[in-house]
Amino acid sequence: MAGSESPVITADELAERLAPILSKYLGKEGAVISLLQDVQEEFGFLEERAMTAVADALRLPVSHLYGVASFYAQFYFEPRGRNIVRICTGTACHIRGAPAIQTTLEEELGISAGETTDDLEFTLETVNCVGCCALAPVVMVGDQVVRRKELQKVINALKETEE
Amino acid sequence: MARRPSIEKLRAEARKARSGNGRPRVLIGAATCGRAAGALDVAAAFNEEIERRGLDVEVVVTGCQGWCGNEPLVLIEPHRLFYQRVTPYDVAPILDLTLSRDRAIDRLLYSEPDTGDVVRWWEDVPFYGKQRRIILRNCGMIDPTDIHSVLAAGGYEALEKVIAGLAPDEVIEEIKRSGLRGRGGAGFPTGRKWELCRRQQNAPKYVICNGDEGDPGAFMDRSVLEGDPHSVIEGMIIAAYAIGDVHEGTVYVRAEYPLAVRNLTIAIEQAEELGLLGKNILGSGLDFHLGIKRGAGAFVCGESTALMYSIEGVRGMPRQTPPRSVERGLWGKPTVLNNVKTFALVPVIINRGADWFAAIGTEGSKGTQVFALTGKVKNTGLVEVPMGITIRELVHDIGGGTLGGGRCKAVQTGGPSGGCIPESLFDTPIDFDSLQEIGAMMGSGGLVVMDESDCMVSIARYFLAFTQQESCGKCTPCRVGTYRMLEIMDRIVEGKGEPGDIERLENLGREIQETALCALGRSAPNPVLTTIRHFRDEYEAHIRDRRCPVGVCHSPGGYRIVADECLHCGLCLDVCDDDAIRENRSGYTIDREACIGCGKCHIICPAEAIVLEETEEVIA
Repeated sequence: MAGSESPVITADELAERLAPILSKYLGKEGAVISLLQDVQEEFGFLEERAMTAVADALRLPVSHLYGVASFYAQFYFEPRGRNIVRICTGTACHIRGAPAIQTTLEEELGISAGETTDDLEFTLETVNCVGCCALAPVVMVGDQVVRRKELQKVINALKETEE
Repeated sequence: MARRPSIEKLRAEARKARSGNGRPRVLIGAATCGRAAGALDVAAAFNEEIERRGLDVEVVVTGCQGWCGNEPLVLIEPHRLFYQRVTPYDVAPILDLTLSRDRAIDRLLYSEPDTGDVVRWWEDVPFYGKQRRIILRNCGMIDPTDIHSVLAAGGYEALEKVIAGLAPDEVIEEIKRSGLRGRGGAGFPTGRKWELCRRQQNAPKYVICNGDEGDPGAFMDRSVLEGDPHSVIEGMIIAAYAIGDVHEGTVYVRAEYPLAVRNLTIAIEQAEELGLLGKNILGSGLDFHLGIKRGAGAFVCGESTALMYSIEGVRGMPRQTPPRSVERGLWGKPTVLNNVKTFALVPVIINRGADWFAAIGTEGSKGTQVFALTGKVKNTGLVEVPMGITIRELVHDIGGGTLGGGRCKAVQTGGPSGGCIPESLFDTPIDFDSLQEIGAMMGSGGLVVMDESDCMVSIARYFLAFTQQESCGKCTPCRVGTYRMLEIMDRIVEGKGEPGDIERLENLGREIQETALCALGRSAPNPVLTTIRHFRDEYEAHIRDRRCPVGVCHSPGGYRIVADECLHCGLCLDVCDDDAIRENRSGYTIDREACIGCGKCHIICPAEAIVLEETEEVIA
């Protein structure tokens, strides 16, 4: 589902949007990860063309960039949903029922953790701990930490705006 | 260029502004957990109401006040009132009664469960009774995004003291004498680390703060970075001064902590504006620049050599030591890497002296440690206790015992690298060495309480699955060994365990402990080995009898309502977030399909009619 369905950006637009990021980091030692973080923030994921352009600018083989990026869990190579739902699977959430929440959400959204719905509305993921153990079990929807109680409400609201 | 106002002058002004006018203050705890509980709505409601009524009240949005389970928390000064679980609807009554007529609102105060007596101020609440907040001294008491608030609380006093009259060697001597050991888990003496780095001839040198708190169930470092970033910055500047030839420092923050990154960024900017960071700090000739690196989601980057590779922009995989980081660290240069809490302690030690600090704690472990107390315990939150306090005191006196009042079974310290400590060893004092002796470890401070409804085999499998997933793959013992261990754990949990599996786990675990490359790999088998040591019967029940003694591995939610005991009060129905309680003509039942086994109904039931069943059913 990558590529064909992702919003198409022209090569010119891509270069234009990359330019300020590249000029910010070019010549700085050890900036690869920060640079890729910015690229991902701009485009939502690390598109192949963007990776190639960055590699060219840094005069590095693109395989080196993929080597670095694929090591870290927060880099994505496929388009992601407009709403990122992350189930906390930290210890406290785990013993208070996170596995069951995961099953419910997977059924609800029709995807497994780590996947994105075909309409690019939702991406479902797990996260190791968001540090809200006292409120466990919790789920992060976007940047917001949502408690079990409000979860259904939040998901329903998101689904409605989608329709 | 206009001369900057002196720090002393700014501090005096800030203090005067705070105490001079006797203006009431409302302090709202709004760290990540407070925000999730609705603290920002409460703050907005206060601001709106205060403006509408034209009152002269200061609203301060602070970091974590510690008692996360009872948030949103609000402190009212000078009335000295500590309100819990405050909602926007409580704002008008608080303004009417407390701030206008000096009357306390009892229902928002903590009341003793036995006597019903209300407690007005946080220090008198039992949860805080045995605590000693030194690392957390400013958390929840200041606005971390306002440097004046920090200065008024004594921020950067230690830095001034150091620059005014302490030589670098004297600083190191003071830290050494204090007995401070690294708060990241391993407990290496901080003063010695600094001294080793100072002696290196190679320059420049680097100072790094490790804020890559990756343990599931730990949020101590996050809370400090969110609630008091300036103490960490101050500690790092003092380290740079003491070590010498250090002009650059980095705070490495975990990717999942956006608020910590935000508050730290603001703090660094404000410190730069006042000349506390940058060139010629406070006229001392010290140049020190501080930057932030956001992690990109790799647990192994909490390991110091891996973290440095990550800063260099490559795959964060640990390397063999020696050479140690103090000899060859970041960019091959001598580097001191300390935990967030270690740096936060440095200014206090300088201010109050090594002797004062060394008087707290035990012989081998001085000072205090912060724990994230979570799991099946009544009072969850961030607690700071003197070293040497027993696990029992922490769980029962501070934590208030288990959630449902049932038997506490074990605690897990140190996250996935730590170990399980059974109830029978709860009188063990919490310090670096005692915990190591019983096969657990201090870790950076996660402490998860487990009760009789938790299956220890399943918990151990959970931790192992975590470390297995996070293994960087560089060395075989960790990459393959933990995978093999996980395969065995999986089949035990599924009821397909074979005779000899326990011994296989023990052998594999010991080999990994001895041969893995880094500390994370070497500690990966700890949860399995300690649970086998203390809960061998549970493993045997899974393998021999093919049953899970607490029913977790069979199906989630082994809870049942005993019809004869049920009062039909309906509290369980209200408390269940999953609509798993069914009401019918004969009473209430639990829908096992919908139940996630959170245990809330079990806790709230006044008749103790909701019980956890010992399952006799065969798994799978």
